[in-house]
Amino acid sequence: MTESSCVWIYAVADDAASALTGGLIGVGGGAVRPLSAAGLTALVGSVAESEFGEAALRQNLEDLDWLERTARAHHEVIETVAKERPVVPMRLATVYSSDETAARMLLERAADLRQALTRLAGRSEWGVKAYLAIPDDGADGPQPEVGEPSTGPGAAYLRRRRDQLAAHRDARQDAVASAQAVHVDLDRLSASARLYPPQSAEIAGHCGSMVLNAAYLVADDRAEEFGAAVTGLAARHGTLQLTLTGPWPAYSFVGQDGTEDAQ
Amino acid sequence: MSEPPTATASYHPAIREERVALVDLLDRVLAGGVVIVGDVTLSIADVDLVTVSLRALVTSVSALVEGTDDSRENADGRWPG
Repeated sequence: MTESSCVWIYAVADDAASALTGGLIGVGGGAVRPLSAAGLTALVGSVAESEFGEAALRQNLEDLDWLERTARAHHEVIETVAKERPVVPMRLATVYSSDETAARMLLERAADLRQALTRLAGRSEWGVKAYLAIPDDGADGPQPEVGEPSTGPGAAYLRRRRDQLAAHRDARQDAVASAQAVHVDLDRLSASARLYPPQSAEIAGHCGSMVLNAAYLVADDRAEEFGAAVTGLAARHGTLQLTLTGPWPAYSFVGQDGTEDAQ
Repeated sequence: MSEPPTATASYHPAIREERVALVDLLDRVLAGGVVIVGDVTLSIADVDLVTVSLRALVTSVSALVEGTDDSRENADGRWPG
């Protein structure tokens, strides 16, 4: 290669995964290949240092189009392999200077990574989000001032507006309580759970406030039960709109060093 | 994992989201995954990628709202550390 390249790591799996990389295309349009060491196989790809080196990454990660392209490419590789074998996904933008340094990481982390693979085998991640079923129409916004005139059309409007806001506040409190009940039920069906901060309505493009953004690690043989539970909870909690995503590779359950469940 | 539980889709057609939304993906690939420091990305390992991506998202949303592309402003000093 005329341009200097480095090594992007997608995930770590067992050696059986090395047969699954044929034809896989990853970030930057490069081929995905297996890199085996210590009885483990990392899914890696060579990427141009000019785009994926440290300095370039710092800039590119703030470019939403680049970020989306790269995140989707990273995910597609991991998802493809995760359909066949347990994988420990790497955080986006884990880059090594060479196969040698990447292999050294595998050797150093082999015990932790193997333990994580064992824990994730036969399990998948599911995402559940809950929104307020009605638009959250300014319930948190400025309140009408107390002490306004108590008669006349202005006062009637203010009373009406106050009642409206109170109703929205009540609906929101109900929804938050329902979301907690939903989480407790789903947690019971899961090996592990992780709560993410709610996504902002503006960014995620939904209209009601998000009151739950959770990930659950569910045994594959309980996935149908889990999906049915979400459906049942959606019917029981009319104030909430529930969405289910998955199965995901277990991004949310590999902790900082691949050994612990993120709490 | 040899049999992915795709059959669940039939249980909740109204609830299941078919397309992977970018926000859900970013939650996972930026805040999830194993953080192992690559020797090329030493300093990035300490950076909160979620904050970085939120900034990118907010910039893009506000650019949409205002109808202007201000994504290049504040080009300096946006990274902590």
